[in-house]
Amino acid sequence: MNILVCISHVPDTTSKINFTESDTKFDTTGVQFIINPNDEFGLTRAIWFKEKIGAQVHVIHVGTSAADPTLRKCLAIGADKAYRIDAPATDGSAVANELAAFAKDHAYDLIIAGRESIDYNGAMVPGMLSALLDMPFVPNCVGLTIDNGMATAEREIDGGREQLKAHLPIVIGAQKGLVEESDLRIPNMRGIMQARQKPFEVVPSQGAEAKTKDVSFEKPAPKAAVKLIPADDIDQLIELLHKEAKVI
Amino acid sequence: MSVLVFIETENNTLKRNAAEVASYGVALATLLNTSCKAIVFHATNPETLGQFGIKEVTLVSDAPTHFDAHAYAEIVAEHAQKNEFSQVVVSSSADAKYLAPILAVKLQAAYVPNVVNLPQSTTPLSYKRAAFTNKAFAYSEVLAANSVIGVSNNSFGVVEKNERCAVVPSSSASPSTKLEQLSIEKVTGIATIADADVVVSGGRGLKGPENWHLVEALADVLGAATACSKPVSDMGWRSHDEHVGQTGKPVSTNLYIAIGISGAIQHLAGVNSSKVKVVINNDPEAPFFKAADYGVVGDAFEVVPKLTQKLKEFKA
Ligand SMILES: Cc1cc2nc3c(=O)[nH]c(=O)nc-3n(C[C@H](O)[C@H](O)[C@H](O)COP(=O)(O)OP(=O)(O)OC[C@H]3O[C@@H](n4cnc5c(N)ncnc54)[C@H](O)[C@@H]3O)c2cc1C
Repeated sequence: MNILVCISHVPDTTSKINFTESDTKFDTTGVQFIINPNDEFGLTRAIWFKEKIGAQVHVIHVGTSAADPTLRKCLAIGADKAYRIDAPATDGSAVANELAAFAKDHAYDLIIAGRESIDYNGAMVPGMLSALLDMPFVPNCVGLTIDNGMATAEREIDGGREQLKAHLPIVIGAQKGLVEESDLRIPNMRGIMQARQKPFEVVPSQGAEAKTKDVSFEKPAPKAAVKLIPADDIDQLIELLHKEAKVI
Repeated sequence: MSVLVFIETENNTLKRNAAEVASYGVALATLLNTSCKAIVFHATNPETLGQFGIKEVTLVSDAPTHFDAHAYAEIVAEHAQKNEFSQVVVSSSADAKYLAPILAVKLQAAYVPNVVNLPQSTTPLSYKRAAFTNKAFAYSEVLAANSVIGVSNNSFGVVEKNERCAVVPSSSASPSTKLEQLSIEKVTGIATIADADVVVSGGRGLKGPENWHLVEALADVLGAATACSKPVSDMGWRSHDEHVGQTGKPVSTNLYIAIGISGAIQHLAGVNSSKVKVVINNDPEAPFFKAADYGVVGDAFEVVPKLTQKLKEFKA
């Protein structure tokens, strides 16, 4: 089985978000970048398949060399080969089109992307990729088993879960639940050494065009100070929620 | 360049979020000087969209009865192309986020998710949308002729119009399905995090799963959904689908009540777009107080039962 895991390289969850150049660019100063958490859940499941039923696991990123350490980390925790499509990740549509052009030339049985990236939160890439490749797609995927070319996947829905079945190849949008937090791997010395020997290929861009452009950014307005209500005056809280906030 | 609104249903009746997406679509059409129509699958009450200014809705009956994103996207795309709708408006529910990217590819449209307001400008179309898990907003310009707009929950609100809405049955043939639905489990009769007006959320400060009756009782009087912080679901005190925050479900509700939750940056990121936040925590230094509208510094085991009791009296 050949698995492709799409990797986004995002600011660490504790990052302070700031912008430069008159609020037109994300300020990367002092920002630590990580594998997008949802992608990491997906990659961990891919490595599980590799160990349990045998699979080749490839990781791919669309973007600049800034993400190379992130891809090396993917190799260190068990991926077999890394690709980077050398194109600016201008929007979700451009990224999906670059990935689709690549995937069309390779026979993947399973393509995994994260449910959404935690920076632009588009939740666009996996769904668009599935449509471009005409493959079934399971987003918010919290369970996946593969047996004899058939995938059984579980999708989290508002207020429950849905079980779906399809022939491979399919695309899934991974999230927590597909594997547990405790299943995530930390690269060890051996993994890091091996990663240096693993193939890492830079692929030229197909020149996919973006359909949106982020022209500027803005931070939320600062919040007014909290109104503290004494613990022995709950009536006051109810009064405020009713009359001032009008939410009850 | 007219506007089409995709309306979702639950048990064949319009979902609550129909009111907001319909209101948004109608307002967008007014701004663009065009008309707004809707499309819905298997609904028994589509004409009620008139309440939000929709004058015509297409009712699709020949399609899978459960939500099937691939099949539904194909039907909506065909309908949009045939009738020259250039802007398709959808919600931010799990189903809408499933449909929208597939639909955008079929329409060769731009997809702008998490939109919080009407366009800032119309030439070019430019939308304000939430990004960086609510730590910032982006202004996104649309570079394509068509777009799919995902409206953020509880951002635009509902505008009552009281128009008459004509229901037009659709004649499109049902496309073949790519995914076989084996089963579906869904809670019924109780509010879900995505749909609820109020969410009551508990953290590690509640000490253990045996104390969750406090959260549930409070949620019960408010008709609220229950949620929890990440460690609470990691430790198995509550099921994963209650985990909210940056790596869990997003919450964008009218009232969010956080009990015994410290307010870590990853938690706040996922719940910050809720309108009003109430924090109950015994540590006056808890970071959540900086992000809250109302706060009670006190022991949850005393404050919560009292709040529940007083709310019962208030509601009576
Ligand atoms: C990559 C990553 C992603 C993450 N994603 C998420 C996410 O999506 N969602 C999320 O929630 N977290 C997330 N976290 C975890 C986050 O950093 C915090 O660890 C977590 O939110 C803390 O949960 P908590 O507030 O329940 O627990 P704690 O931080 O332990 O806080 C418990 C609070 O309860 C209060 N308390 C104790 N006793 C009482 C009492 N009797 N009455 C009242 N108050 C009391 C304490 O004062 C304290 O403030 C993530 C972390 C990482 C690294």
